[in-house]
Amino acid sequence: MTFEINGKTFSNPPRPGQCLRTFLRELGHPGVKKGCDAGDCGACTVLLDGEPVHSCLIPAFRADGHAVTTIEGFGGIGGTHPLQRAFLDAQGFQCGFCTAGMILTCASLNQAQRQDLAAALKGNICRCTGYRSIQDALEGTTNIEDAAAGPAFGRSLPAPAGPLIVRGAAPYTFDTAIDGLLHIKLLRSPHAHARIVAIDKTDALKVAGVHAVLTHEDAPDCLFSTARHERDWMDPDDTRVLDTIVRFVGQKVAAVVAESEAAAEDACRRLKVDYEILPAVFDPIAAITDGAPPIHGDKTTMHRVANAARNIVAETHGEFGDVARGLAEAAVTYEGTFTTQRVQHAALETHGGLAWLDASGVLNVRSSTQVPFLTRRALAGIFKLPPDKVRVFCERVGGGFGGKQEMLVEDILALAALRTGRPVKLEFTREEQFIATSTRHPMRVTVKAGADSDGRLTALQLDVLSNTGAYGNHAGPVLFHSVSECISVYNCPNKKVDAVACYTNTLPAGAFRGYGLPQTLIAVEAAIDELARQLGISPLDMRRRNVVRPGDPMLSPPGSEYHDVKYGSYGLDQCLDLVEHAMAADASHPPLSTDWLIGDGIALTMIDTVPPAGHIADCGIKLCDDGRFELTVGTAEFGNGTSTVHRQIAATALATSVDHILLRQSDTAHGGHDTGAYGSAGIFVAGSATQAAAENLARDLKALACQMIGSDPSVCVLEADHAVCGRQRLPYTELARSARAGGQTLQASGTSGGTPRSVAFNVQGFRVAVNKGTGALKILKSVQAADAGRVANPMQCRGQVEGGVAQSLGAALYEELVIDDDGRVINPKFRDYHVPSFADVPRTEVYFADTSDSVGPMGAKSMSESPYNPVAAALGNAIADATGIRFTDVPFKPDRLFPALLKKFG
Amino acid sequence: MDLNTITEVVRPLSRAQLPVWTAGDAWLAGGTWLFSEPQVHLTRLIDLAELNWPGLTIGDTHLSIAATCTVAQLDALACPPDWMAAPLINQCCRAFLASFKIWKTATVGGNICMSLPAGPMISLTSALDGVCTIWPARGGERTIPVVDFVTGDHANVLAPGDLLRQIDIPIAALKRRSAFRQISLTPVGRSAALLIGSVANNGTFTLTITASTVRPVQLSFPALPPADQLSDTILRRIADGLYHADVHGRPLWRKHMTLRLAEEIRDELQAHP
Repeated sequence: MTFEINGKTFSNPPRPGQCLRTFLRELGHPGVKKGCDAGDCGACTVLLDGEPVHSCLIPAFRADGHAVTTIEGFGGIGGTHPLQRAFLDAQGFQCGFCTAGMILTCASLNQAQRQDLAAALKGNICRCTGYRSIQDALEGTTNIEDAAAGPAFGRSLPAPAGPLIVRGAAPYTFDTAIDGLLHIKLLRSPHAHARIVAIDKTDALKVAGVHAVLTHEDAPDCLFSTARHERDWMDPDDTRVLDTIVRFVGQKVAAVVAESEAAAEDACRRLKVDYEILPAVFDPIAAITDGAPPIHGDKTTMHRVANAARNIVAETHGEFGDVARGLAEAAVTYEGTFTTQRVQHAALETHGGLAWLDASGVLNVRSSTQVPFLTRRALAGIFKLPPDKVRVFCERVGGGFGGKQEMLVEDILALAALRTGRPVKLEFTREEQFIATSTRHPMRVTVKAGADSDGRLTALQLDVLSNTGAYGNHAGPVLFHSVSECISVYNCPNKKVDAVACYTNTLPAGAFRGYGLPQTLIAVEAAIDELARQLGISPLDMRRRNVVRPGDPMLSPPGSEYHDVKYGSYGLDQCLDLVEHAMAADASHPPLSTDWLIGDGIALTMIDTVPPAGHIADCGIKLCDDGRFELTVGTAEFGNGTSTVHRQIAATALATSVDHILLRQSDTAHGGHDTGAYGSAGIFVAGSATQAAAENLARDLKALACQMIGSDPSVCVLEADHAVCGRQRLPYTELARSARAGGQTLQASGTSGGTPRSVAFNVQGFRVAVNKGTGALKILKSVQAADAGRVANPMQCRGQVEGGVAQSLGAALYEELVIDDDGRVINPKFRDYHVPSFADVPRTEVYFADTSDSVGPMGAKSMSESPYNPVAAALGNAIADATGIRFTDVPFKPDRLFPALLKKFG
Repeated sequence: MDLNTITEVVRPLSRAQLPVWTAGDAWLAGGTWLFSEPQVHLTRLIDLAELNWPGLTIGDTHLSIAATCTVAQLDALACPPDWMAAPLINQCCRAFLASFKIWKTATVGGNICMSLPAGPMISLTSALDGVCTIWPARGGERTIPVVDFVTGDHANVLAPGDLLRQIDIPIAALKRRSAFRQISLTPVGRSAALLIGSVANNGTFTLTITASTVRPVQLSFPALPPADQLSDTILRRIADGLYHADVHGRPLWRKHMTLRLAEEIRDELQAHP
């Protein structure tokens, strides 16, 4: 057989059942990505004789005698195709994992298809952008500014990895070749709750190429949480690398390490496991009812499980004032119970990684993670290794959304590498991603609220039951966050919270963009609207009468022990005004039949700019001999755009351009500490550290320049890669030379502890049409105003908002991981778990409040989670306005809306 | 995805070369479903590509569609102007959950043999009175209407080793006036109800209901019925248990959408005689 790939001829024969995707990767084309391996996402798109195909579905042997073009060959050797240029100019990507497939698909569209992108792009999932910037690329719109001129901060500069991303050359987790690599496959539990009595490895070990079968007998006897936080006490110690009890269908039971994935899979099938089935409970209410089987009966408060006998991992209760009296004295009241479903991050790059021991005995782990430093700490603890004998790092990560603030593969990778002494790889399949990683916490939220006749809130009460699944990773922190900013944003003398997170024998929930707030906001923001409606006050005015303003305490019972949240800036009033104006500005919409009911809805959100209890970032920067700077940050890049902003901050502080800032990132080997890229901290915390480091270095540069010139340091300024003292200008290269001559390196560091914290705001507005005969929903208008402080990069920030709206629309309208009566996920595929495609996402108008934060770096605030938060709530309010029916369960799918519409409208 | 248990691919050139069917065998047509899910029970693929069946043959009385004809080939068919039902072809192709990229590889026969309730090639060929030709494993040939070929969700009349050879569409069916309606939980998602109505020269009205029901249901009327007769017939002929239930739509909604779309089709065909 002969294959022509990017003009080169290969004669390697593929394996009989091999698909083209893995064949191309094995032949050195890592730009061909795996998002689903099932033909649903389009990340593996290549051109076969010039026609786009999903290479994961093409039997490799069928490419025999044909020409294949991958992204690596698309622009010609070393060249850039005009469409690749267009994706750069529009920045039509964030994490970039879908980009190769997106570009190759777009390149093949004819004019008719370009006019109908909804249909043409239904086979390409982008989880990050919300598709607007991809459309811009196709339309030739340039969104980037020229990098050369002026201070970098505040300008729409492109992501530094862009040129690599559009060529398929940006290295992601698995895009590397390691000699002698062994592959890991996991045997997973078919039972929701069972004790492992025995595992017979005999037949598995006979499979050719198998090096090891690892079971609970091989795992360290150590309990931990897969959740990664700066403070380990935030999560319960309830997890083992491999346990003797399995608590959900899909939990890992054993790991096979073999020379090929095929051998490892074969051996997994040959493992004989004797299970003692234990009673299981799937429903959260049943789980906390007397007589329910305890899922972690062997844990206690010593493991930070609040009440193991009742399956309660964490709870919080508190009251400020007297809610009963507040409700009794209210002119109007509302009570409703809202439920949110199980949704998943669906980052296109699945979890996984590689691990190996290097010549100096250091365990290296390269993984798809948001938290390399905290993972290093966990691995050192579990395997009793000195921290300097463990290195964890990530290359570019293909999307996170909170799902990678979790140690789900690194423990097995470490165990396998330590046990075999060989380099090992574990790459989850999409199905594994769905059945065995983590989801958002499904919640049941009851809200009670009252207001006086002037529309002032008199009572606000939340009762929350959160289902954390089989393990308590993030159970407590998500629960506590879910009942905080959603009510602390409102002034109300009487507030009460009762919140419980419970175990069930289901796939664990974990960190997810918004961290609990999206689930409770649906209830709180519905209550505000329902009170307003009863009083005849507009939803906007109702909020204006009740939201906190600078000086107001931000209160949620029982109250936090951390009192470091301040109004570093305040733009909520502006956000409300911006949305009001935008919603009123253009009321036109396409003609609709009388079946369509039209309504408007808004919702707001406040978010603390940093998680509580400390979030640490160390950054370092040094001047290189060539006058450029090497900036080292710990925070990870997964499409959040922090790499761009860190360079902008450093370039601005050092009066240079971003292309003179070389970035090294997310590697524990670089030293220092970084809590991680979560809690929207990548700019607010790590950016502050970068700013401090750069400003420290700027001070040193000036001091050296003055010393060289003999002038007064107070008159020295940095300007266009020069230190300028009076009329004398010293280029940075000269400073570097002088320092080197003196035996010095010009370098500085900066640290941020993540305190004090500020608050950021978002307001979302929707105009919807609901078809009373079908339940179908059209979004006629989508507007979001964001208070991001001084916006570091307007183009990127807009992208974060649009991407947040798109992802949240998925959760509000479509996405739902369904678990059957046996605890099994029944829809672990993208074709059955619908994440928004181009057709599903309306364009969102994005506006920024004009504020500057006194805490955040150069006035900036966090803006990565919060755009997601108010979307479902605003949509629920718009649907209620349109139909007069308050729907309380997401997702708002046509078949869910239909029964009530039928009842009301016939 | 890689099918790691496959140890052999055979590529027969004729029916005579088809191997004796054994457990662990699978026909490989486009492969777009086969390679989209783990198939650990399979060890051998029998590739149908080298049989080189002509994709589309227009005869005097029938359009013959080879089982291995790709969806894209069918979509690209230049239909004679008097095939008034020709727009159904593109409408059904667009009803695929999968994009145009998959159409290049996926086959008409593969979609029919998958026998999903939402199989748009099932919708199309059953609405057009298509007849399947099957090569039974034991030899010979037999035929069966598409509407009877699919017997339930992922179920059809094929026995192990049977092979769908082709689907024949009467030209007369392609000359009928038709109307198409489809609804999904998402704008371009999997069909939750896909209905096709047609009126023949003699006035016969045929309504083919797919996607909402676990198997195709075909209703025939000597003439376009009044609205209440149409809905009564649907209610009578389709028991609630026949409506499909999965993540792509709840049965109650599918039932009401079936009634709604049927009436829209009736209305359209009545309005433009």
